[in-house]
Amino acid sequence: MISSIFSQLFQTLLIVVLAPLLLGWVNQCRAWLQNKRGAGVLQPYRVLHKLFHKDAVLADNASSLFRTAPYIQFACMVLVASIVPMVATDLPFAAAADVIALVGLFALARLFAALAAMDIGTAFGSMGARREMLVASLAEPALLMILFTPALIAHSTSLTTIVEALAHREFVLYPSLAFAAVAFAMVALAENARIPVDNPATHLELTMIHEAMILEYSARHLALIEWASAIKLSNYSAIGIALFLPWGIASAGDWNAVPLALAVLFVKLLLGGAGLALLETLSAKLRIFRAPEFLGTAFLLAVLGMLMLEL
Amino acid sequence: MEILWLLGVPLCGGILLALFGHKHWAHELNTLMSLATFIAAVVLTVRIVNGGPMTAFSEQFFIDSFNVFLVALTAFVGFTTALFSRAYMRIEQHHGKLSANMLRLYHSMYQLFTFTMLLALTTNNMGILWVAMEAATLTTVLLVSLYRTPASLEAAWKYFILCGVGIAQALFGTILLYFAAEKLLGAGGNALLWTHLNEVKGHLEPTVLSLAFVFLLVGYGTKVGLAPLHNWLPDAHAEGPTPVSAVLSGLLLNVALYAVVRSKVLVDGALGSHLAGNLMMGFGLFSVVVAAFFLSRQKDVKRMFAYSSIEHMGLMTFAFGMGGAVATFAALLHMTVHSLTKSAIFFTVGHAAQKMGSQLIENIRGLIDTNPTIGWGLMLGSLAILGMPPFGVFASEFLIITTAMHEHPWATPFLLVALGVAFAAIFTRVQEMVFGETTGQRLPHPPALIPVFVHLALVLLLGLYIPPYLADWYRQAARLIG
Amino acid sequence: MATFTGQLINFLAALLLLIAFAMLSQRRILSLIHLFAWQGFILALSTTVVAYSTHQPHLYYSAFLTLVLKAFLLPWILHRLIIRLNIKWDVETMINVPTTMLVGIALVIFAFNLAAPISQLADTITRSTLGIAMASVLLSFLMMITRHKAVAQVVGFLAMENGLFFAATSATYGMPMVVELGIALDVLVGTFIFGIFFFQIRETFDSLDIKNLEKLKED
Repeated sequence: MISSIFSQLFQTLLIVVLAPLLLGWVNQCRAWLQNKRGAGVLQPYRVLHKLFHKDAVLADNASSLFRTAPYIQFACMVLVASIVPMVATDLPFAAAADVIALVGLFALARLFAALAAMDIGTAFGSMGARREMLVASLAEPALLMILFTPALIAHSTSLTTIVEALAHREFVLYPSLAFAAVAFAMVALAENARIPVDNPATHLELTMIHEAMILEYSARHLALIEWASAIKLSNYSAIGIALFLPWGIASAGDWNAVPLALAVLFVKLLLGGAGLALLETLSAKLRIFRAPEFLGTAFLLAVLGMLMLEL
Repeated sequence: MEILWLLGVPLCGGILLALFGHKHWAHELNTLMSLATFIAAVVLTVRIVNGGPMTAFSEQFFIDSFNVFLVALTAFVGFTTALFSRAYMRIEQHHGKLSANMLRLYHSMYQLFTFTMLLALTTNNMGILWVAMEAATLTTVLLVSLYRTPASLEAAWKYFILCGVGIAQALFGTILLYFAAEKLLGAGGNALLWTHLNEVKGHLEPTVLSLAFVFLLVGYGTKVGLAPLHNWLPDAHAEGPTPVSAVLSGLLLNVALYAVVRSKVLVDGALGSHLAGNLMMGFGLFSVVVAAFFLSRQKDVKRMFAYSSIEHMGLMTFAFGMGGAVATFAALLHMTVHSLTKSAIFFTVGHAAQKMGSQLIENIRGLIDTNPTIGWGLMLGSLAILGMPPFGVFASEFLIITTAMHEHPWATPFLLVALGVAFAAIFTRVQEMVFGETTGQRLPHPPALIPVFVHLALVLLLGLYIPPYLADWYRQAARLIG
Repeated sequence: MATFTGQLINFLAALLLLIAFAMLSQRRILSLIHLFAWQGFILALSTTVVAYSTHQPHLYYSAFLTLVLKAFLLPWILHRLIIRLNIKWDVETMINVPTTMLVGIALVIFAFNLAAPISQLADTITRSTLGIAMASVLLSFLMMITRHKAVAQVVGFLAMENGLFFAATSATYGMPMVVELGIALDVLVGTFIFGIFFFQIRETFDSLDIKNLEKLKED
């Protein structure tokens, strides 16, 4: 029992603390790929540190919703982080929510982000919120479809059970899982506001989605939001790894396997981050009206993957 | 051995005419080749009538009384059409519609088309049957677009795409058939041989076979011209050269229907139910009704008779679907008389259109004045196809309708109404074309009307008196089909 | 080992289905031909795998035939044609892509349901792919319906043939050799005739748009 609780705390903290590091690593890789020196992998921590020490500026007409939204987003992401198994499948908290609730948590965070963006009543905020909801309305069903495929294979919607089942089976080539994995990568790009759906590095008013929503935030609120999005990226990476590359994860109560599992996880994350940077360097941002097509493809792949299971 | 001749002659003819088809004597060579094919068919027929069914070349070919009668019919109409095309194509050439290369293509493809039809009829292998049917499309598609007019190109494209898609369904059906057969007969070439399938048909998996039949019916049915898959047929008939319309209507549709009937025999055996027959009856009846109503709206004379072909193919499909000795006998008889009559009609219509320089009904007037033989040919042919006694079509239609009254009374009103509508539509139009004021031109070469009257005489003969050996032959075939 | 090859075939089948969808959504004609070539290549690959795992020597021949004909020769001919006819960019679909995709998914579900009772009867290791084969036939059919351009329709037609070929290998380990040769010949001749047609249509209408070919209608 104690061991489980410890495992739970350890993993949650691991994600929360190390999430900015992953973001830093992606940015650093991207800089290298563009022949730049880069700001170093610790840059996100410096940014967070700076923001936490500034005084917050609030718009006159900001309601309490505007002020509480960052906390809710941050809480949602931490909650998700405590459900997704990364190092070991020993997560007592995971029983509280299955994969469907997981999607719901993401949706909740997004809902508050959009509401807060509209709360001030600036043009950019509303526009960003609208676009965010457009992307979300297409990404969410796709995400659900993707999660159903491994859930059907493992006969359970609980994430830890799925990972247990997938990690400890003999090698079987599931076309469904391959389809789901590709679809998941696409949805993850869209949900984390990465290229080709959104560009996290730009504030060009015609194209930005996520950045437009948080233009009015400053200081600790902004820091929380930035941190939450870093955790979101880590969460998505963790889910992807858990579902599609689960090999090496430690079973419940098996503390001896944890160091190895940790090492494997780091390698996977390093490679994943580098891959993401490569992808972002190679591809161009889609026009916003093409985003539905992009996500439609993801949905198609997910549905095909699920159908293929029936064969 | 006869089979080798039967298939070898048109194949060689195709190659020879590909080389010499543009020469001025190519018309005669074409006729000669068709005559040789016809003689080979007659020899084969005599042998089958005397010696019963046979297989040849390690069972790859199979001839019984059902297909030998179609072989004879095909070779005969092929020959008379070649005779007709000799005169017709000369006139077309004279009118400057055809270049030497087009003529070479036409002659070569005509022979190859005969070859593919005969191959489809004589092969024992359901797979080869499919290949031959597809090849029949391929050989005729360039003939339809022979004149290179926009309309003919469109017709050919439609023909190609629709029949290609349709025939692909038939391939799927064939695959399913093989899939079912393979379990009983083992993998390899024998599992698709019709004779082998026929022996074990009672043990074939019913679910697979019923699905296979749906695909086969849709696939080959597209080529038969069954509604609603008939769209290609009127266009291809109207835009292609008249000899091609004659063989398409008179022969190709028969061969496609033959493929459907062969499949039906297998499926009936496997299912033990009347599913295949019901499907065929449904498609057939629908085609009859649809064709009759479209018929009454046509302005182009060849299109009108193309719709009449759809109507009659529907009637045959319906009759084969009913099954039983009388209906099948009637269907076979109808196949024969329809082939003969419809090709005769296309011959006269072709010449009439040449005379008037147009295929539109409103431009064709007073045939009886300018050329009485063409006028009488068209009038008699139309009366025959409309089922007036004493022509053979009357006999077969009478048999089909009385059987339908007996066994499926609900279908008779549809049939009667459709036949009535078709009668009214065709008769009024033909009357206008044959009589009335005219301004036709003289043809530069004498028209070939002997085939017309030979065909019509045969149809008349079959209406008045079916020779006992012929009746016997039909009965044998009807028993085979069941 | 047999199970692994079975999974491999399943995987290749899934790729074929994916290519069928990609073709459905592809707007550019050149990419369409590349996709067609890939489809032929995967078809040949899966046939080889079936041949290897079932020890059916004649399947090696048909795999080879497929590779030469469908992965190289036909795409090459089509490629030459579009260069000769100077049409690289013009493709458009009749209804928008997402709608086509949704119809496509419905077709896949239909095909899987249709194939399910037959797959139960099959004892081949590849039986589960019958539904995929049927689905790719239907998707190619859909593609032919939704396209305006002659070349795209032809690619759809050939893709449909590929689907049928896949059905033959997956349900029955291939048709008898004579039949397969005959089918291959038909397809080849058909492609040549299509080529001739392109030139004739082009000559007559100055474009390869099928909209020009919609004059013959019942009035």
